Amino acid sequence: MFENLQERLEGAFKTLKGQGKITEINVAETIKEIRRALVDADVNYKIAKEFTDRVKEKALGQNVLTAVSPGQLITKIMSDELTELMGGTAADFNVKGTPAVILIAGLQGSGKTTFTHKLALFLKTQKFKRPLMVACDVYRPAAIDQLMVLGEKINIPVYADKESTSPLAIALKGIEEAKANGNDVVIIDTAGRLAVDEDMMNEISLLKEKTSPTEILFVVDSMTGQDAVNTAKAFNDRLNFDGVVLTKLDGDTRGGAALTITYTVGKPIKFVSLGEKAEALDVFHPDRMAQRILGMGDIVSFVEKAQAQYDEKKAREIESKIRKNQFNFNDFLYQLNQIKKMGNMKDLLGMIPGMGKAVKDVDINNDSFKKIEAIIYSMTPKERENPDLLDGKRRARLAKGSGNSIQEVNAFIKQFDEMKKMMKSVQKMSDSGRSLKGIMGK
Amino acid sequence: MGIFDFFSKKQQTDLDEGLQKSKEGFLSKITKAIAGKSKIDVDVLDGLEEALVSSDVGLDTTIKIIDRIEQRAARDKYTTSSELNELIRDEISTLIIENSKNDIQSLEELLVNRKPYIVMVVGVNGAGKTTTIGKLANQFKLLNKKVILGAADTFRAAAVDQLEVWAQRANVEMIRSQMGADPASVAFQAVEKGVADNADVIIIDTAGRLHNRVDLMNELQKIKRVIQKIVPDAPHDVLLVLDGSTGQNAIEQAKHFTAATQVTSLAITKLDGTAKGGVIIGIIDQFKIPVRYIGVGEAIDKLQIFNAKAFVSSMLK
Repeated sequence: MFENLQERLEGAFKTLKGQGKITEINVAETIKEIRRALVDADVNYKIAKEFTDRVKEKALGQNVLTAVSPGQLITKIMSDELTELMGGTAADFNVKGTPAVILIAGLQGSGKTTFTHKLALFLKTQKFKRPLMVACDVYRPAAIDQLMVLGEKINIPVYADKESTSPLAIALKGIEEAKANGNDVVIIDTAGRLAVDEDMMNEISLLKEKTSPTEILFVVDSMTGQDAVNTAKAFNDRLNFDGVVLTKLDGDTRGGAALTITYTVGKPIKFVSLGEKAEALDVFHPDRMAQRILGMGDIVSFVEKAQAQYDEKKAREIESKIRKNQFNFNDFLYQLNQIKKMGNMKDLLGMIPGMGKAVKDVDINNDSFKKIEAIIYSMTPKERENPDLLDGKRRARLAKGSGNSIQEVNAFIKQFDEMKKMMKSVQKMSDSGRSLKGIMGK
Repeated sequence: MGIFDFFSKKQQTDLDEGLQKSKEGFLSKITKAIAGKSKIDVDVLDGLEEALVSSDVGLDTTIKIIDRIEQRAARDKYTTSSELNELIRDEISTLIIENSKNDIQSLEELLVNRKPYIVMVVGVNGAGKTTTIGKLANQFKLLNKKVILGAADTFRAAAVDQLEVWAQRANVEMIRSQMGADPASVAFQAVEKGVADNADVIIIDTAGRLHNRVDLMNELQKIKRVIQKIVPDAPHDVLLVLDGSTGQNAIEQAKHFTAATQVTSLAITKLDGTAKGGVIIGIIDQFKIPVRYIGVGEAIDKLQIFNAKAFVSSMLK
């Protein structure tokens, strides 16, 4: 439904057209739209509300840049806020101890066992540890077999005791085993449990108490809905876990549960799990998650780049030139350079929501500007300022000087004229994003 | 609303217990939204939106319910918050019941003119497919039906062993192959065996897959095609298993699985314990696919045939 928050924001921002500042009145509808979009991404309703209030506060009074639309600006503020809320930077992961004990907890079907073996492989290959996995899920049929098969696949030992029905006994023996065999990390896989199941919660509390884990990780399905808030809270109340693992992020969920959980319990997300392959484990990037929740392309980087390159004075100058129909080759060259400074053309276009697909198979490289630049650089300063001077004789000279055919030079000058016309009409239509649209529309 | 002729007292009690938390959460949210109110104003509607959305009803359905309440409030006059409460419950009940016309009363209905009755079970990872199959097999078995399970999840480690345990618990036969075998060939063998043995029910387990994986969706189509080589009108049901704690992604799951395999019924699992019964309301409204089963507890008998009236009775009364 909210395929593209950006577009919806643009819609909601119609009221802002022609206004230079974001105010309480003109932002109200947008804020409601954002809240709904967040809820639609499974962010808890209350949290979405608090969050949008914060965004509103930040947005109020902001100047609307010419190169950046109000919608883009708000999205940027939101993305920053989301990123901050979700922990800003990646959190530490403690594997010190002899052995370090990592306790895995979560609901049924959240992906604990799959994660357990991914973490083991990660610790072995990235941290040069010698992990031992301990199979403590004595309830789900074949859960122990599952871990054993996975352990064999990645060649990491598993401690299991199919005769035992006590997860605690298995865990303690597992730790003994690790000590005896020189394993420096023990990862305890546990059964899935509902937060309201008193017996099962007691069981895992006891596991925590007796094994003194260095890290307790709460594994949660990234597709979880509104109930994430209750579940996370209940598990945290009992276990005071150290971090969260988001699983099944290779799906198309927006993953609002991530925000809900970090917001509710104030614990960092430490890993994200992206598929069934053992290697498909990633450390958490709050910024990427923020963009995902917002359902946008990397508009944030785009806005940042535009902001970094944006020279307000110069922009106003060009603006007035377009208005007076005085836009010349020097201005064009300037804009061309601005875009080039922002980075690779194809990447840049890909950052614009909705454009990613369109440019995916098109071959755009920064060299496509070279021909144009060569033609412009072959012009005299006078010609650059007065495009109308370019008669047949001058064009022939340009062709020779730039190594292009006369037809190519003619085609470019025709394009330039058309672009000029278009820029003028775009300027009439909209007050924002003009300088970029002018060139990109070419 | 009392006990229904087919719905045993035990079943209603199980349902009541399983949905207890959902009910408390849902109703208390609604009650809070209208506390001390005698007319429907913006505050009430906002509060209601919050109550519905935070129960995973989803925005579209929430807006629909609110519109209906608004319309009705414009027609009739309400003076007390209990009347208002009644009205809201009434509208939600109506929405659920009018969208559940194809409810079945018993499993036997599914078997009429279908022998064997073939079900293919699909869903994302961890939704509860294997557990649902185990419980379902048990229920058919209790009706003295001959059941054969096909362990076509040849991908996930020990998935076959997991189903095997359920097959033993329910005392039904299971067809298996080795890990990594072509799932379609396992499905084929199960159906072949079922037809040869004159089985009543064949249930095919498939590996969990995320719905945005095109290749894996195609694999499901292949399984389906292969089954049809033996029984042309099979599978009689493609059962999509959804985790009850899933949020709005459930809609995407239903869309993609339906596109790939024409899902004909839904099972909503893990509805017990926490406040998430609201998701059913959204699912019923958004999908024109009937909810066939709901899981309201871990025990083998806690998978129920979904009945809208009983559900409404448990959730809202």
